[in-house]
Amino acid sequence: MNFRTFAAFVGPSVFMMLLFIAFPLVSVFKQSFYITQPVYETVEVETCTPGFLTQTCVIEQKSQPKLDEHGEVITQTEYVGLQSYRNVLEPERAWRAITEGNWSVLSTINFWKALRFTLTFTLITLPLVIGFGLGIAVLINNAARSIRGPVIFISLLPFIITPVIGALSINWLFRGDGILTALLEWWLNRDIALFAQAWTIEILMMFYRVWHVAPFAAVVFYAGLQTVNQDSLESAVIDGATRWQRMKYIVIPHLMPLIIFVSMIHLMDAYRVFEEIVGFSSQAYVISLQWLTFDFLVPDQAGNRSISRASASAMLTMIGIVLLLILPLRRTWRDHKGGH
Amino acid sequence: MKLKTILMAGAMAIAASGASAACSYENEVPLKSLSAGFEAWKAVTDAMAECGNFSASLDQEFREKQPEAFAADPSLYQIGGVANETMIPLLNAGTIRPLDDLVAKYGQDLLPNQLIKVDGKVMAIAMMVNAQHLMYRNDVLADLGIEEPATYDDVLAAAAKIKEAGVMEYPIGGTFKTGWNLAQEFVNMYMGEGGTFIGEGNMPSINNEKGVKALETMKAMTEFMDPEYLVSDSTYVQQQFQQGKIAMANLWASRAAAMNDEAESQVVGKVTMASAPMGSERPSTTIWWDGIVLASNMSDEEADAAFRLVMEGIDGDMVSANNDTAVWLNAAYKPGDLAAGAAASAENGAGAYPASAAMGVLHSALGNGLADYLTGAKDAQTALADIEADYITAAKEAGLISN
Repeated sequence: MNFRTFAAFVGPSVFMMLLFIAFPLVSVFKQSFYITQPVYETVEVETCTPGFLTQTCVIEQKSQPKLDEHGEVITQTEYVGLQSYRNVLEPERAWRAITEGNWSVLSTINFWKALRFTLTFTLITLPLVIGFGLGIAVLINNAARSIRGPVIFISLLPFIITPVIGALSINWLFRGDGILTALLEWWLNRDIALFAQAWTIEILMMFYRVWHVAPFAAVVFYAGLQTVNQDSLESAVIDGATRWQRMKYIVIPHLMPLIIFVSMIHLMDAYRVFEEIVGFSSQAYVISLQWLTFDFLVPDQAGNRSISRASASAMLTMIGIVLLLILPLRRTWRDHKGGH
Repeated sequence: MKLKTILMAGAMAIAASGASAACSYENEVPLKSLSAGFEAWKAVTDAMAECGNFSASLDQEFREKQPEAFAADPSLYQIGGVANETMIPLLNAGTIRPLDDLVAKYGQDLLPNQLIKVDGKVMAIAMMVNAQHLMYRNDVLADLGIEEPATYDDVLAAAAKIKEAGVMEYPIGGTFKTGWNLAQEFVNMYMGEGGTFIGEGNMPSINNEKGVKALETMKAMTEFMDPEYLVSDSTYVQQQFQQGKIAMANLWASRAAAMNDEAESQVVGKVTMASAPMGSERPSTTIWWDGIVLASNMSDEEADAAFRLVMEGIDGDMVSANNDTAVWLNAAYKPGDLAAGAAASAENGAGAYPASAAMGVLHSALGNGLADYLTGAKDAQTALADIEADYITAAKEAGLISN
């Protein structure tokens, strides 16, 4: 393919990537170092609100943003360096907690609390997703040809369901006296409150994520299983290799690139865990880094947003993902280089 | 059941439109409104739609859309529905207009307390008030010989008695869902103790004995609440009541009608509305109003037509047809048993929600920070100190506190 054709094919996609990914990213990066805020003035205002029958009027000092001659709010933008990052990370408080060895204090600081959960969630679900995905793939592969279609369809179902809806349904099944909690209570004959402490919510969240993502891993692995060298498998059988040995020495090494691919996708996805927090409304006990960014961005009822802290927190999340991906990426790169 | 509800609603809607006998004039100017989506707004916008040329957006996310929509020139909506706190961003951005001349022209039927005045100018027309007040199961309390609780000590004593008698395991309900709801509970309690939230220079002032007292009362209540209280919002508490699982809750007046909804409730007629329990100084509640504002960025003719339409929407006919939907501010409103709680709270001296830009920031900080105290991760002082620190960080970023 000559360069012109290549450019014509790739051009639109590169343009879109720049427009919708690179530029916003640069803008977020820049915003995390600046603060834009309205200029406030303090004025004495009498405000009257309804009581019953009469009005209640109070005179108070209020902060009001100044307006320019066009009636627009005057804002000022200021370079603050790493201040927003400091506001998110709260390094002094965190360091004090660490030096005092006080884990419970550290885990009440939003960022660290979120980081703790995000990492636990990512690292625990990863092996489970790979394991169950592989299990399902092998199951499909060994199923009789006639029922293979329906089995694939059923095992793909959880992946098709919209994440928020899926999380909400699990929430409703278990919350309060939801059907499944009621069933558990009846079975164990004791009162159960699954949403009254962090660890039960976390287990439910991980269960949900594995249930949701394992089918994706299964489909990828199933495709990989079709290309396993049948001759090697046959000769292994002749050599008297058990099913487990065949799996360990032939199938898994063959699938390794796919396992790394699925791991990378899962690490990226799981590190951005968000739907579970919203779906389970678990903010009181468990928050994630992505949720923290979202929370900074949501305006409060008076319309204030923390754009700078949201940008800083988004950048930190991205740095986290990059750090997590270094390990599998290095391996792929080494394999790739070794292949030539 | 569901079908019956829908049919009933349909029948009621027809009855309502029949009663209000359509609009008294023909509206010629195309108008649009953006407001919250609860029942009262539906009633008001339906009444306005009868005049023609009007479309309403009922949207629970209205507060995120309103500031931008009203800042456009011309404004995307002529009419906005707001409450105490959601008016602040519009007011601050100067995107809503003073209504004094229009009130003089069309507002003969308005009650004086409907006029929301800021700095002497009428900026909004209130149509209803809402407040959290005590709801209790009169049958349960009467069976055990308990008087109507007047303070939180009474509430706790009653709860202990109910639990001891084995009537209910968790007699108290509360809107303790982390975030806005939980913060609102604290605001109620702290107002009851007579505290102030924001001091000189927008610095926070909640870390004091009153704040600690408010927190301790909340914690004491959680002993008698379903352990999953940190996910329980107004709808959840309403359902707990309807299913007969709880005996007492400080719940929104707008939820009162649901207690007597035969399609949903198993406790019809068994729930009494009373004043919010007294704190040390005043009832532990805040009064909220919902009302209407008009955009600055539109022509005076449009504003004229919009105001006339609003007056038609919140007139006596609409109120009579939807009497129990809300605690209306209108001469035609007949306060029934359902409004008794809100009225009693007001009589006992309940204060309005202290809306301001700074309060918005503090409310969010409270919503995120209070759970750590209730779960036992922090003691009361630490929790309040951390919330204040959180508030200061956010307020500095918003420009409310100078660095």
